[in-house]
Amino acid sequence: MNRIASAFEKGKAFIPFFTCGDPDLETTAVLVREAVKNGADLIELGIPFSDPTAEGPVIQGANIRALAGGVTTDGIFELVRDLRTDVTVPMVFMTYANVVFSYGAETFISTCREIGIDGLILPDLPFEEKQEFEPLCRQYGVALISLIAPTSKQRIGRIAREAEGFLYLVSSLGVTGTRSEITTDLKAIVKVVRENTKLPCAIGFGITTPEQAKEMAAIADGVIVGSAIVRMVAEQGRDAAQAVGAYVRQMKEGMGYFSNDRKTGDR
Amino acid sequence: MSDTKKKGRYGVHGGQYIPETLMNAVLELEEAYNHYKQDPGFVQELETLFREYAGRPSGLYFAKKLTRELGGAKIYLKREDLNHTGSHKINNVLGQALLAKKMGKTRLIAETGAGQHGVATATAAALLDMECVVFMGEEDTMRQALNVYRMKLLGATVVPVTTGTATLKDAVSEAMREWTSRIDDTHYCLGSVMGPHPFPEIVRDFQSVISREIKAQMLEKEGRLPDAVIACVGGGSNAMGSFYQFIDDKQVRLIGCEAAGRGIDTFETAATIHTGRLGIFHGMKSYFCQDAYGQIAPVYSISAGLDYPGIGPEHAYLHDIGRAEYVAITDEEAVEAFEFLSRTEGIIPAIESAHAVACARKLAPELGKEKLLVVTISGRGDKDCAAIARYRGEDIYE
Repeated sequence: MNRIASAFEKGKAFIPFFTCGDPDLETTAVLVREAVKNGADLIELGIPFSDPTAEGPVIQGANIRALAGGVTTDGIFELVRDLRTDVTVPMVFMTYANVVFSYGAETFISTCREIGIDGLILPDLPFEEKQEFEPLCRQYGVALISLIAPTSKQRIGRIAREAEGFLYLVSSLGVTGTRSEITTDLKAIVKVVRENTKLPCAIGFGITTPEQAKEMAAIADGVIVGSAIVRMVAEQGRDAAQAVGAYVRQMKEGMGYFSNDRKTGDR
Repeated sequence: MSDTKKKGRYGVHGGQYIPETLMNAVLELEEAYNHYKQDPGFVQELETLFREYAGRPSGLYFAKKLTRELGGAKIYLKREDLNHTGSHKINNVLGQALLAKKMGKTRLIAETGAGQHGVATATAAALLDMECVVFMGEEDTMRQALNVYRMKLLGATVVPVTTGTATLKDAVSEAMREWTSRIDDTHYCLGSVMGPHPFPEIVRDFQSVISREIKAQMLEKEGRLPDAVIACVGGGSNAMGSFYQFIDDKQVRLIGCEAAGRGIDTFETAATIHTGRLGIFHGMKSYFCQDAYGQIAPVYSISAGLDYPGIGPEHAYLHDIGRAEYVAITDEEAVEAFEFLSRTEGIIPAIESAHAVACARKLAPELGKEKLLVVTISGRGDKDCAAIARYRGEDIYE
């Protein structure tokens, strides 16, 4: 779990999301390494699900392509084992409750620990149901990451107090996907989060441009980008590495990472 | 009744496995429901709508010819097909729409498979002056073109869903996605005893009018309770409605009929209890048709209304404790029953309900003539005529 904290120690964290196996696992491995090389601080790896109810059309499409290509949970575990031979930044899985439950929660979570997965994001597991996996996550030292939404209101404090790893703040109503503007009063939400926990807070859903990243980084500790990257992979497939690498660098720049007023760490 | 200690749980089943964005919406719904279900004004308003608008109580009809043909138990048909809009779906929809209106919502969204729930929701929206958007798998918009037109006629917008298998499960997913993007003015009028708590409970309560009436009508006609109640099960709302008041009457067999499609030994099936296993999907823990990695299976049934890879959590629980039995009925058996009931009684059942009739055809002859069987005809079959004609190799235009 300390590995997740380390991602937020060198300034604002940039967190790219990849749907594993879109278009194949070899490409995912190349993309993750390219993102790390260009400054990604934490990697969010999506295990595809047949019916991803929290995703917009872009990530839905990636899920369908990956599953059609035959990717499985076991194949993704192998991908992570391979990545961990040289990737040292924290990595978390994003998937749906049934993928974990159906695999056998204990086998899934203990394997996460064994292969070097630091956390688990499950968009269909709210506070009320976290007992489903939390005891096992505690036992194996895998952070079960909580989400906070624009509609969370009186729930924010309770969720933040019991959170692990980092808090995933959903920027807007609706599903994942790019948005031209984000209208939620995120500052007010982050304020309540800060009053209740010392854990870092990253904002995701709808962030595409370096300008948006800069704006979000000013409010929170990190920025999560999914659909914008997944779209590049959809368009360029196996040749997306260069574009994704350049994009990650551009977003990091947008967040002020390479400017002189911030310590740039050892990368 | 069958509620276990923990809120929204039926044994291990049920729960609220939904995005955080929706949590306050379901909590508000639960609070509003708990308030209004005890509010005499609300209860009376709904009863009036049931009576004056939906045409309740629906008849419990003694099917004399069917009984004679099958040569066994005495068969009664619970005529939900005679309700306004042609199915049991109106019971739940009037309740939820009225509740949504009281909560200050101005817009209803719904999923639909066969179109019956979509038509019922569009109807209630028209009646209560609300906006209505119905999500329907593109595949189903083609098999149920007539219902698409009815919804539009009633003023609803029908959104064809092209993702996944383009059937009922995808319509549910899309309706959930829409709800996460617009909550303030919108109520998700879920059509079956499924999804996150409190939906399975709310839908069951509004549908339990079916078993309440069956009980009273049976006592009046026969002076005793039936020996078995049979209903078809997709998500399971008409079955839950038909079973609920009998759960504590242990002598009454409760039989749910799943869609076996081309057979439970094939991949083209939607029989969840027979071929599924425990999982978490669409907001609930229950049984689901899925692969070894938990990917939801692309199920199949001739019936768009039963073409769903899961089953409501209370059914899963009734199965676990052995209180209800679940049998699988193939397309072929359902189509034969569809034709059989049309000829013997002059009643064209929905292809969904025909699954229950098919079960009765097998069961009635095995039982003595003194036994009483109730079959719920959940809807009427006009909507299915073109599809059944095609199944029989006859090409007719609707």
